[in-house]
Amino acid sequence: MTDATVTQNTYDAEFGDYYALLKPRVMTLVVFTAAVGLIVAPVPMPFILAFSSILFIALGAGASGALNMWWDADIDEIMKRTQSRPVPSGRVSANSAMIMGLWLSVLSVAMLGLASNWFAAFCLAFTIFFYAVVYSMWLKRSTPQNIVIGGAAGAFPPMVGWAAATGGVAIESVLMFAVIFMWTPPHFWALALFMNEDYSDAGVPMMTVTHGKPHTRRQMWYYTLLLAPIALVISFTSIGGPIYFVAAVVLSAMFIKHAWGVLGRAEDTAIADSYAAERKMFRFSLLHLFGLFTALLVEAAMRALELSPTYWPVWI
Amino acid sequence: MSIKKDHDLHKKRGKSNLMLGLVLGGFVALVFGITIAKMTAGHNMEAADHVLRPALSYAK
Repeated sequence: MTDATVTQNTYDAEFGDYYALLKPRVMTLVVFTAAVGLIVAPVPMPFILAFSSILFIALGAGASGALNMWWDADIDEIMKRTQSRPVPSGRVSANSAMIMGLWLSVLSVAMLGLASNWFAAFCLAFTIFFYAVVYSMWLKRSTPQNIVIGGAAGAFPPMVGWAAATGGVAIESVLMFAVIFMWTPPHFWALALFMNEDYSDAGVPMMTVTHGKPHTRRQMWYYTLLLAPIALVISFTSIGGPIYFVAAVVLSAMFIKHAWGVLGRAEDTAIADSYAAERKMFRFSLLHLFGLFTALLVEAAMRALELSPTYWPVWI
Repeated sequence: MSIKKDHDLHKKRGKSNLMLGLVLGGFVALVFGITIAKMTAGHNMEAADHVLRPALSYAK
């Protein structure tokens, strides 16, 4: 008998399992929005500092993801969508996830402070706290408004990126925050509509579970309508411009069209085509957010190349 | 008796260790890069060192 036979029956966690604890897919959205917040800010940053700042913001988001997986291991085990995550599938222990989450939180905040400034580091720390404590531990299991308020955590990254570059908060960064904040409910509820059984099995009080699907559809419609003016107003700030304006008009109109389609659907129609419209809206919502922020990047590039039209009104 | 390193477990761990090594090496390179960038920009990289440092002016 060799030493190895002793450990043969227990799974040995691999590098990829720990990487999966950081929720890489959520992280891509964080990297992108934080990068846009940093790049469109009026203060230029040396490449290596900008790169490090975005990396450590992403790491902080990953850390809060690991903390979330530690705390939610019991419900992740029940929901089909999350069963294969490292903790519920038994590849990484919940305790390891917690330790990794805490240490990466400390590391990412400290390093962001050193790479950019301490205000940005404070914002990142607050974001991690908001996601891990306010959303995961408190709101998620206690109120159907969980993802509305918890959505703030996902909306902070562009503000943190902006803070890393400028050291402060401005109307532009608040508006970028507001866009993601208003976007999250229709985005997440579209998912909840076709994943409802998951949430009710796990006892998570999603709007679809507590107030029913027709009510959720109406709420999605309101948020989508409120999102449009916020997205449009950014056109007339220092980070906006005609290209962004056109993108915002088109994308908002399409998102409203999707929401309208989802709003009017009866439950049996939705079940009949296995939530085709809801799935489409969910997929489009990702494209919508990605499109708006890409348009902001294009405007930043235009300004850098001095191609921005001077006639474009900047109201705020 | 020598310990043979041919168990599957060792191969898997070796891969994980290599990845972790690359991540840590990357981190060191990044901190070095940040230091260079900050010093090039003229930031003061010295700080209190538990003894009196004449180079750092404590007086106003």
